[in-house]
Amino acid sequence: MSLFNVIGKREPMLDALEKATGRAKFTDDLTFPGMLFGKILRSPHPHAKILHVDLSKALKVKGVHGAICGRDIPKKKYGIVPMAKDEYALAIDKVRYIGDEVAAVVATSIEVAEEAISKIHVDYEVLPAVFDPLEAMKPGAPVIHDEVPNNVSAKIRKEFGDVEKAFFESDEIFEDDFETQPVNHAPLEPHAAIGLADHSGKVILYSSTQIPFFLRRNLATALDIPESRVRIIKPKVGGGFGQKIDLYAKDFCAAFFALKTKKPVKFVYEREEIFTSTRQRHPFKIHLKTGMKRDGTIHVQQFKAIADGGAYNSTAPLMITLACYFIMLPYRIENLLFEGCHVYTNKPVGGAMRGHGIPQVRFAVEAQLDLIAEKMGIDPFELRLKNAFHAGEPHPAKLLVQSCGFSDTLIKAAEAIGWKEKRGKLPFGRGIGLAGASFPSGVSNMSHISSGAVVKIERDASITLLTGAADIGQGAETVISQIVAEEMGVPLEDIRITAADTEITPLDPGTFGSGVTLRAGNAAKMAAQSAKEKLLEAVAEKLEVEIHQLEVKDRRIYVKDQPEKGMSFSEAIKVYQYSDRPMPIIGRGSYMPPAKEPTTLLKEDGNFSPAYSFMTQAAEVEVDTTTGKVKVLKMVAAHDCGRAINPMLVEGQLDGSVVGGMGQALYEDVLIEKGQVINPSFLDYGLPTAMEIPSITSIEVETDDPEGPFGAKESGEGTQLAPAPAIINAIYDAIGVRFKSLPVTPEKVLEALQEKKGKTY
Amino acid sequence: MKHILKLNVNGEDHEVLTDIHKTLLEVLREDLGLTGTKKGCDLGTCGACTVLIEGKPYLSCLTLAVAVQEKRILTIEGLAKDGDLHPLQKAFAEKGAIQCGFCTPGMILIAKAFLDEHPSPSEGEVKKAVAGNLCRCTGYAKIVEAILSVTEKI
Repeated sequence: MSLFNVIGKREPMLDALEKATGRAKFTDDLTFPGMLFGKILRSPHPHAKILHVDLSKALKVKGVHGAICGRDIPKKKYGIVPMAKDEYALAIDKVRYIGDEVAAVVATSIEVAEEAISKIHVDYEVLPAVFDPLEAMKPGAPVIHDEVPNNVSAKIRKEFGDVEKAFFESDEIFEDDFETQPVNHAPLEPHAAIGLADHSGKVILYSSTQIPFFLRRNLATALDIPESRVRIIKPKVGGGFGQKIDLYAKDFCAAFFALKTKKPVKFVYEREEIFTSTRQRHPFKIHLKTGMKRDGTIHVQQFKAIADGGAYNSTAPLMITLACYFIMLPYRIENLLFEGCHVYTNKPVGGAMRGHGIPQVRFAVEAQLDLIAEKMGIDPFELRLKNAFHAGEPHPAKLLVQSCGFSDTLIKAAEAIGWKEKRGKLPFGRGIGLAGASFPSGVSNMSHISSGAVVKIERDASITLLTGAADIGQGAETVISQIVAEEMGVPLEDIRITAADTEITPLDPGTFGSGVTLRAGNAAKMAAQSAKEKLLEAVAEKLEVEIHQLEVKDRRIYVKDQPEKGMSFSEAIKVYQYSDRPMPIIGRGSYMPPAKEPTTLLKEDGNFSPAYSFMTQAAEVEVDTTTGKVKVLKMVAAHDCGRAINPMLVEGQLDGSVVGGMGQALYEDVLIEKGQVINPSFLDYGLPTAMEIPSITSIEVETDDPEGPFGAKESGEGTQLAPAPAIINAIYDAIGVRFKSLPVTPEKVLEALQEKKGKTY
Repeated sequence: MKHILKLNVNGEDHEVLTDIHKTLLEVLREDLGLTGTKKGCDLGTCGACTVLIEGKPYLSCLTLAVAVQEKRILTIEGLAKDGDLHPLQKAFAEKGAIQCGFCTPGMILIAKAFLDEHPSPSEGEVKKAVAGNLCRCTGYAKIVEAILSVTEKI
């Protein structure tokens, strides 16, 4: 029998029926009387000085209520990482990529706004542009931001152990180069914002955001007004995957024009704009050198990574730090030298995307491990198992890993894919492979990692929960409500939740770094505990027992040893009220995870995240040697997420990650020629459809983390780290070709098969 | 220049005074306030705007409203009958086939149109039927599971 009543249950999402009936409101579904519609003029040049913007003709179009360009906005730079601010909402001095924001118009209809945009005249002085990060790093390359003359906007060098000595001690050394491609998050809901302003100069912004409180801060900065004059409300958000953590021109312009016109103002991006002018996964160039001991111990790794950041920083320092630290897990690596940098180019901007810097390095490490295993005559599964990290071990980077089910995920994934029977034994064209990974459960962004919650026990015995957590479709509101219901001893249906409104709900960092369940879950649990204790105090007094003797379950409070002695929740509230205690009964929780700021860790050792998840993914593939097409037949995702608060939602995260990871391994690539995205539509991009999906087996490995609420860790992002390398390793098993760049398209497969054939003869 | 369009949506007749060039998607969302039909790409490539016209699935972003006058149009808002949810709506919720929910209305309607014609499909046929509707959250696994779960019930 389960220890819990609500935790561990496959509860449907609280808003599932709203979504199934079309009643759920996303930002673009909202409308307000007198609303204006906005449009943004974007740069046609990858790099150019703005000499002059002439808005006069646009302003004369009937129905236009305003037109602005860079000279009209506060000269306040913003950025999601406070130390790396480098963006204006509209370009002030120059444009840095095709799609950069130049001007904006609002009008009575979108058609009028479009007409007005076409009448804006911009004088540019076209500058030489640079598209390759290696070229951008060379002396004499075009300078994209004056403050960064070498175009390297973030750089880290971190050494653990003694790398030089360790390479000297190694029995075998392996060196390989890897490359990854830009990937678009492609949330189905286009980015949108609606601004409303009152005469006191306060603005309300409805936005498709993942992080309302960061957006409030960034928007206040960009508008140059106090945070108290900005209220962010997050309606339903149609997926984010990291792309909706940044402030965009649509947010700024909706708020700016709302303040200016005192009318509601809506901006919605087109799909093409989402491909060209939001964010994408950073393409990496990686050089990886690994020193091995004869017995199969990974003794040392040296890692050089160059991330192509595009025109702006976004999360640059955070991303490159994540890449560094998560080479150090899930394997025990005593000696590591990581050198990484983020380089500006005149291309679309890199940003946080599910896994955030880690999928790229994981691909390199996991692909090389298979290569090493083969050359050293060790089974790839055994090699991984031998080097697996375990909970409680001292970590070379001082990470505090309190729970770790990595070995279990390896063993279970290998079993489920049929490792012993199939590896190396399937006919040519069929193969299996696996890969491991680890991910933090929450990452600090300049110490903004605290989360708060308020729980109220109402007179009718229902529970009201206020949380700042931002549900973007992953089910955060459901999971946090389950945590509160469990803590309060009531069924899930008794919880009413209000979330993600910066004026009503307590501070929360939002949805990023896969920390929502742990952070907001812990805060909500603390708030529930605090409210419950107030009620129990009154009940204990009435029953003449001590508080610790009481238990709450199924809406009933009773004495543990005498279950018949007790009362219902409703009666308890009356007892509370009639004993002259202050109403309402409110509990508060503020949770600060025991973890350091990542960029601080570059200077001093310490713990990165409150908890770490672990996973192994295994793939079985079939390669059509005539067409070069790779079909993923089966994926196994074994995941240690501590305890699954809602196994159905965890499975959903695993399924989505597997298919997204498959897309990134085989199909997805934002193709850019001379700075121009040439496939900015679903038709040309290669998002996986239902036709490509493999059979997916998800295995949850429970470890009960001491820091997580009811033992829970993350399941949203870590799950997307290992699918691509697992598939790449399976392709090797199938056709004996080792791919070192993503995606593995049919053209690449055919070319490699041709080359292999040539070599054989 | 505005015209009066006569549209039958979810069993109700509407006369809509609107621009003649508007797509059905625009008229549904902007003139009738039926925002359950979603605009994911406006190019007919994502399926989020799927509605049923005379029981057949159409991409409302590629359909002119003027061209479907006097025809029976069904949107997600009209699928539940007298407050009773369609089995697909229940199954999508209960099986975890909905995450962000943006693709859900189109996905449910394409599934309904398909099941109306193919009451006992194979898994492969279901996948093929929804292949034009994109989802980035679920990996389609639970969507296919939800659709298959109602094949006996309809």
